[in-house]
Amino acid sequence: MIRNLTNRIILIVVVLAFALVIDFSSELNLINPVTDEPLFTRDLAPRLGLDLQGGLQVLLEADLPADAQIDSASMDIARDIVQQRTDALGVNENVIQVAGERRIVGEFPGLEDTESVLSTIQQTGLLEFVDTGDFQPEEGTSILTDFSPTSQPVETPTANGTTPETAVYHTIMTGADLESIAVTSDTLGTSYLIDFVLTSDGAKIFADHTTANSQKFLTIVLDKQVVFAPIIDEPITGGQGQIRGNFTYESANAFAIQLRYGSLPVPLKIVETRIIGPTLGADSLNKSLIAGLIGMIIVALFMIVYYRMPGIVAVLSILIYAVVAFAVFKWFHFTLTLPGIAGFLLSTGAALDANILIFERLKEELRNGKNLTQAVDQGWARAWPSIRDSNLSAILTSLILFWFGSTFGATIVKGFSLTLALGVLISLFTAIYVTRTLLVIFLKGFKSQNLELWFGI
Amino acid sequence: MIDILSKRYYYFIFSVLVILPGLFLLASNGLPLSIDFTGGSLFEVQFAEGKALNTANILTVYENAGIDDAQITSTDTGSLIIRSSFLSNEVRDEILTALQEGSGAAVSVIRFDSVGPSIGKQVASRAALAVGVAALGVIVYITLAFRKVQNAFRYGVCAVIAMIHDVAVVFSIAGIGALFFDWQMDALFLTALLTVIGFSVQDKVVVFDRIRENANLLRKLEYEKLVNHSIVQTLQRSINTQLMTVEFLLLSLALFGGITLQEFAVILLVGLLSGTYSSIFVAAPILVLWEKREWQTWFRRGANA
Repeated sequence: MIRNLTNRIILIVVVLAFALVIDFSSELNLINPVTDEPLFTRDLAPRLGLDLQGGLQVLLEADLPADAQIDSASMDIARDIVQQRTDALGVNENVIQVAGERRIVGEFPGLEDTESVLSTIQQTGLLEFVDTGDFQPEEGTSILTDFSPTSQPVETPTANGTTPETAVYHTIMTGADLESIAVTSDTLGTSYLIDFVLTSDGAKIFADHTTANSQKFLTIVLDKQVVFAPIIDEPITGGQGQIRGNFTYESANAFAIQLRYGSLPVPLKIVETRIIGPTLGADSLNKSLIAGLIGMIIVALFMIVYYRMPGIVAVLSILIYAVVAFAVFKWFHFTLTLPGIAGFLLSTGAALDANILIFERLKEELRNGKNLTQAVDQGWARAWPSIRDSNLSAILTSLILFWFGSTFGATIVKGFSLTLALGVLISLFTAIYVTRTLLVIFLKGFKSQNLELWFGI
Repeated sequence: MIDILSKRYYYFIFSVLVILPGLFLLASNGLPLSIDFTGGSLFEVQFAEGKALNTANILTVYENAGIDDAQITSTDTGSLIIRSSFLSNEVRDEILTALQEGSGAAVSVIRFDSVGPSIGKQVASRAALAVGVAALGVIVYITLAFRKVQNAFRYGVCAVIAMIHDVAVVFSIAGIGALFFDWQMDALFLTALLTVIGFSVQDKVVVFDRIRENANLLRKLEYEKLVNHSIVQTLQRSINTQLMTVEFLLLSLALFGGITLQEFAVILLVGLLSGTYSSIFVAAPILVLWEKREWQTWFRRGANA
């Protein structure tokens, strides 16, 4: 028998109540009763994966030789920039993650206009040549310009947290009009220059502007952040020019790279694109949910018919398992995918397996003439090593799958392995803790001697 | 008590009969690897009713875009799946526009997957590594879990032989599916395969665990009887867990779960079934065979006949 039965019941009820609250609410708010201030909030809206609501997934890879070392810090910066750019498009719920050492995976659930996102990601950063008149903005500050790839102007907060300048400056031309960039040294070899060549369109714009605005500042802006604000020394009419500054060899090269690739510390190319139409997703979700439900009902019926009273206990325990597992998935913002549903069903199978192992032992002990209390205790002790070892191997496999999925941004594989692993862990709790407690409660009021009817032995 | 083990050679023949046809298909037709592993693109489109372009016209659209290896298949729902080498997003736009112009109506994109060739190769090699790591993990894990039993290493090896059996069954099913239902081996196939490996071990552990327990209780019993006894004792659990619960869940997923999960569910279903089968009819018989060193009699028997 179990000691501390009351404590066990209290724990199960508390866990169950908490899980139910999470399952049926889309947001959790804890309010401090004294001050009426919110102590804690958590968004609990369920997230549907790409395969369920349609959308876009892209895998970006560093466009560098395979043996090039890429430090993780620059991948993180690249990730942040991709996130900022796509956020600016007004896409909801996009998730951008670094996958492995040289890849970034971006997911845009429910996205229909895939064009703008793809072109924005592929852009190497928006480079603008901005007329700031007599004003020389400092490097690194943010300014507003009247050019934007989308209809809405983009507002980026400055690096040091000050509010952006309110003035909106006119963009003369963008980086698209730059033909080539090169770093050269002056004749003495002591200072460095940036040579640039413009496209024919760019050359004309530049000629007009520099002629009219000599001795004004032409600020170079990357993703709305000031990179450098040179002054126009003389009109540039030939489509070629130089940028002079106090460049060292390193800083000139860094600047040239920014002009070439934009602000990304690592050039990225799209190596994988997946677009799923919204109709395919909605259809799959309904069908698999119904399929899961049908399967569950058949299994529940089987358990009750075959194992009788313990079967009822097992079904109750599986219901608690489902409630708790769903709450955990919601709490940690798991994205619900089709393989995720399959993984969940499989872990339900594992939860049932633990119950079946226990009940089979229980029946054996009863057949050997043990009384109920002894049989329950013995059945438990004997079934435990099998349950432990077999579930450990399932978790081991999930970990290998998860590792595999993470390196390639294969979120579908990740979703499956995560739900499987967590499901198995939770199922251990319900099988060991909940099933046993429920069984003991049932047996307390149980007086019948007809073991054949109640236990199906 | 049912005598399961005495007919062990029939089980081996049965396994071979299940495995060989599919593997033969795979060997002759090649592995039906999807673009997840080979790189390439899959473009599924739906034309407006009565506005569909014929195959030749679509191929021309692709050729105009510089892609000359397009293959077109139609689906049950009336959409078209066009497979080809890797399409960049620009080329895809170009093709979509051309399709729309040709058809004179909007063409909706149901699905577009495009995987660069280099990434496909890496996925394939990592996948092989993942399967290898899983197999190694199994041997180490079982040898550790049964370290107090005599010949613990044998249990690990038998589990791996049974696991290879299960993997072969999964591949065989994939080969048959590729022939009849145009299945492809994709990332989901790999997921199913690794899951089968994990659960295959789970089954072996339960049977071996019973042998371990009985070995302590029934010290005088002959090894073959001991193993047989253990199998019979765990049989009910194997049937109930596998057939009645897991297989029911997967079967309903395969039947009602929609096309996306069908292949995945069927492969899991067969693979997990094989996992249960192989613990009873492959792993345990080999344990006995090993204990009795039966291979010494194999050829002698042939010589006598």
